[in-house]
Amino acid sequence: MLALQGDVREHARMVAASGGVPREIRTPADLEGIDALIIPGGESTTIGRLATLYGLVDPLRDRISDGLPTLGTCAGMIFLSTAVTGGDQPLLGALDMMVERNAFGRQNESFECELAVEGWEDAFPAVFIRAPVVDRTAPDIEVLASHEGRPVLVRKDHVMACAFHPELTGDDRVHRMLIDLVA
Amino acid sequence: MEQGTKAETTGTLRVKRGLAEMLKGGVIMDVVNADQASIAEESGAVAVMALERVPADIRAHGGVARMADPSKVQEIMEAVSIPVMAKARIGHFVEAQVLQSLGVDYIDESEVLTPADNNHHIDKWAFTTPFVCGARNLGEALRRIAEGAAMIRTKGEPGTGNVVEAVTHMRRMNREIAQAAAAGDDQMMALARDMGAPVELLREVAGAGGLPVVNFAAGGIATPSDAAMMMQLGCDGIFVGSGIFKSGDPAVRARAIVEATTFYRDPEIVAKVSRNLGEAMVGIEIDDIPPGQRMQERGW
Repeated sequence: MLALQGDVREHARMVAASGGVPREIRTPADLEGIDALIIPGGESTTIGRLATLYGLVDPLRDRISDGLPTLGTCAGMIFLSTAVTGGDQPLLGALDMMVERNAFGRQNESFECELAVEGWEDAFPAVFIRAPVVDRTAPDIEVLASHEGRPVLVRKDHVMACAFHPELTGDDRVHRMLIDLVA
Repeated sequence: MEQGTKAETTGTLRVKRGLAEMLKGGVIMDVVNADQASIAEESGAVAVMALERVPADIRAHGGVARMADPSKVQEIMEAVSIPVMAKARIGHFVEAQVLQSLGVDYIDESEVLTPADNNHHIDKWAFTTPFVCGARNLGEALRRIAEGAAMIRTKGEPGTGNVVEAVTHMRRMNREIAQAAAAGDDQMMALARDMGAPVELLREVAGAGGLPVVNFAAGGIATPSDAAMMMQLGCDGIFVGSGIFKSGDPAVRARAIVEATTFYRDPEIVAKVSRNLGEAMVGIEIDDIPPGQRMQERGW
C-alpha cells in the first residue's frame, strides 16, 4: 500500500484477510519486490504532493505501466486518473478518465448504499465519503458499477479504481479481484 | 449496469468514523481566514479547522471564546477543497446545529472555547455531521464516544506550544488501553467504574486492543519533532493549532510538519525538514498557567 497518508491500516487488514502480505510504501526503494499496489483513501492533494516531493510519481507510473496489478480507492482513484475537474494536482494517469472530486457534496452528503456490480450476484456494501465520480472515460475502460448513472468502479486490464471504500467493510470481493490479478 | 443502487443512507457510524480514517497520517491545521486555509492546503494539510482566533490568541485575549462567525467559516469552506472542521463550545448544541447547517465536514466540541454547559456535552448522535472531541484518558474518550463522537484527540494544553500535556494524555491512553486488554472479564465492571467508562465500550477496547475510532494528537504541537514523537507514541495523525500561523514562516513550517508526520519513523527526514524553519511560536510552561485557566480541565 502507498502509505504516505490515508486509511492504509484498513487496506492492510483486508489484504491480510485475503491471503496477501501487506507492505507499506513511502519511498521508491519500497517498491522493490511488490506483487500488487493499493493506493488508499485519504486526501488526494496531500498524497499527490508527498508522492511528487519524494520522487514516487515516475517509479509508480513505470511499475503500473509494466503490469503491476493496482487498485485505487477514493483518493487512489483520483491519483490513478488522467484529469481532475477544476484541479491541477499531480496524477499518475494510469486510467484514461476524468474524475470529479467531492462529486456528491460534503461530509453531510456522504452515504452508504447497496451497489450492484457487473457479474456479481449480491450487491456490494459501498461506503462513499466525500467521494469522487468518474466524469468521462476512454472507451477501453470497463465500467463495473455505477451510481446515479455515473461510474464508480472501473477497470482496465490490471488497473482498478473505485470511488467508494471496500476497505471499510467486511466484504473482500474488490480486494480479491486485485489478488486474483497477481496469480 | 446503469440501474445503480438502492437507497442511500447518510450520517451512519461508518460514514462518520470513515472520514476520520481517511485523515489518518495527516495534519489538520487551525486557520482563521481564507488565505491561511489556502496556505494549509498547498502545504499538504488533510483538513483545516476554521476558527475566529487560534488558541494562543484566545489565551492572550481572555473573555468568552465562541464559535466562529458563520461568514468566516463559509469563506474558508469556499477557499479549499479539503475537509473543513469548525469548533463549537462544549455543550453548546445550537452552535453545533449552526455549524451543521453551514455544511462543515466535522465539528470539534472543543475545550479551547469557553464551555457553555458545565454538566453536559453535546448529544452528538442527534447530528449528521460527525464530531471530534478531546480526551485526557481512556474513560473520557469512551464517554465522548458513547455520546456519539466519531473521532478523538488528546486535549494537550492548547495555545502553549508545549507538547508535554499531549504526551501525558497519549501515554495515559496507551497505558489504560493495555490495562483494559489485560483485564479479565470478571474485572471489567470494576475497571469501568474506576475509569468512568461505559462498560460495553470498554469491553470493545479490551477485545480490539485499541479505541473504536481514530485518535489524533492535539494541544501544544509546534515542531516536526513534536509531530513525529506523537505519531511514534501511537497517534493516528496531528492537529496543529497555533504552532503554524504563530511561527516565523508558516508555509515552510506547515510543509515540514506534514512531512515529519508521514515519515515519523525516519529521523533523517525529520532532521532534514527541521532545518532553517525560522522561529517557532513562543512556548508557555504549563506550571505558569494558573489551574483555573488550563483549557484541558474544561469538560469531564
